[in-house]
Amino acid sequence: MTNHVETQDASVAGEATRGFTEILALYHGFGRGAQRIEVIENCEFKLKPGKLTVMIGPSGCGKSTLAKLLAGYLHPDEGSLLIDGRHIAGPGKDRLMVFQESALFPWMVNEENALYGLLASGQVGAGARQRVTALMDRVGLGRFRHKYPGALSGGMQRRLEMVRALVNEPALFILDEPFRGLDAMTRTLMQEHFAQMFEEGRRTALFITTDIDEALLLADEILVMSSRPMKVTRRITVDVPRPRTVAGMIKDERMKHIKVAVTKALYSEAIKAFDGSSRAVAAAGFEKFLDTTQ
Amino acid sequence: MGDVMQNHPAATAARKSRTLRAQAAAGARIAQLLLGFACAFLFWYLTVDVWQLPRFANLPGPSEVFSEWFSPDPIYGLSFYTPDYYWHILHSLARVGVAFVLATLLGVPLGLLMGWSQRVREYVFPLFELLRPIPPLAWVPLAILMFHGTETPVIFLTFLAAFFATALNSMLGARSIDPSLIRAARCLGAGEWRLFSRIVVPGALPQVFSGLQISLGVAWFSLVAAEMVSGEYGLGYLINTGYSMATYPTIFIGMITLGVVGYLTSVVIRLIEHALLRWGNDEQGGRS
Ligand SMILES: Nc1ncnc2c1ncn2[C@@H]1O[C@H](COP(=O)(O)OP(=O)(O)O)[C@@H](O)[C@H]1O
Ligand SMILES: [Mg+2]
Repeated sequence: MTNHVETQDASVAGEATRGFTEILALYHGFGRGAQRIEVIENCEFKLKPGKLTVMIGPSGCGKSTLAKLLAGYLHPDEGSLLIDGRHIAGPGKDRLMVFQESALFPWMVNEENALYGLLASGQVGAGARQRVTALMDRVGLGRFRHKYPGALSGGMQRRLEMVRALVNEPALFILDEPFRGLDAMTRTLMQEHFAQMFEEGRRTALFITTDIDEALLLADEILVMSSRPMKVTRRITVDVPRPRTVAGMIKDERMKHIKVAVTKALYSEAIKAFDGSSRAVAAAGFEKFLDTTQ
Repeated sequence: MGDVMQNHPAATAARKSRTLRAQAAAGARIAQLLLGFACAFLFWYLTVDVWQLPRFANLPGPSEVFSEWFSPDPIYGLSFYTPDYYWHILHSLARVGVAFVLATLLGVPLGLLMGWSQRVREYVFPLFELLRPIPPLAWVPLAILMFHGTETPVIFLTFLAAFFATALNSMLGARSIDPSLIRAARCLGAGEWRLFSRIVVPGALPQVFSGLQISLGVAWFSLVAAEMVSGEYGLGYLINTGYSMATYPTIFIGMITLGVVGYLTSVVIRLIEHALLRWGNDEQGGRS
């Protein structure tokens, strides 16, 4: 049993070359005429295979729109999205998404939920079942296999959704603010869990957040996004080994520098939302904030 | 953690007091229910038998109705002891049963399809909305012209209203499904059929069942109306002839029986619902 899990993990690690994602000259907007808003404008970036890329940007800037484009729910106005050289034409199992809102099926027991993707494509054998069992045990849901999602707490539901996505071995794993709305304690636990799961699987992942500490805790690479219309303003590599802890990050010099860099990049975008005198007030507040981080 | 708690004496005591409290609550509910019935019967008894109020002068009192009902040799020919009584019940039950099953078999799939596919909805729904408000009784002439014999028109009328209620609620059920669930299923690779059978159908089921409850109610309603118009047996027929033959206690026997039988059929639907919707039963707190 243990052996089985290990070989599975090894094979997963071997797949880390999948999921090379390219976003090229992307444009997207909503509405027509006077109602028209441009949400994404000339956005370009790449996701390295086997890396955890965290996208951070002010809320409302267009991150979820980008996630939906990647998932294939939306079609871009212009530009292209490629995964391993293939164009994204619609939803597909090579890209799985975990949202802030729970999307578990309340009428299926948790195990069935986790198996849904495999059941849908008729790939469910004894091996798949064992893998789901092992994964559910790993994230502390072993006792809830035959219960319904309604009986799970928010954090447990999120973990189950991750299991459901992971057993399908997506080339790209998209997480759109998955821990938003969880209480601080659960959130920290979930971040640690996720970092660990990522280390074991090392599949290409795009993690969207508005929280700087979450970004620093998780990321191999951070993409700082501009306010709307959105594009990448800075790309920062976080070459600090995992596991990372919040306590450790406060002491680490490299981490402090990265935090200041991310904060500055994010700030110069966030400040655009203020105008006139309130901008000066916000700027003063920001200077104070920087002092505390340095 | 659960095992430790279970063996703890305090936990056992707590559980015991919880069962006791549950029993007390159930007892209180039954007491309230009996009290309600007692009040109704007292009202009936006082107005008819004791005070003999003018408006109630023609009605039989509870004593007369119940002595007739339980009499092996009933004055007006109908009681628990006469086979006719059960023959009436059986006829009504069979008609409602056939009409309800037909309405369910046709209404649920049509409703779900209307909810699921915009194309189907665009074709069917306007017509549906036009026909739905026509009361079943307005269909009586048409029913008699279209169907021969006595049974089929009655069943057709009973079926109609039930069908509309079922289809409408099934459609609303299918449309009420959280779009993020459908998106998630698509994303996980579900094809159209799988999406329909594993997501749309179970997701709509709670609403489908509330539709079935409504449908059953209107089925009984139209059945009795139809049986009053035509038919040789059935509770509606019984009540109607009770009036025209001036055998008034029989009217009450028919009415009370109708209430009890109607209630029992809706209990059956509720039991089926409970068995099928187990996920709704042990849901704690639900999704946020
Ligand atoms: N379906 C839509 N129709 C119209 N406007 C939309 C739609 N989806 C998103 N928007 C707008 O696009 C902008 C970016 O939204 P979103 O991508 O959800 O931002 P984020 O996830 O970064 O907070 C917002 O101003 C939002 O109002
Ligand atoms: Mg968002």
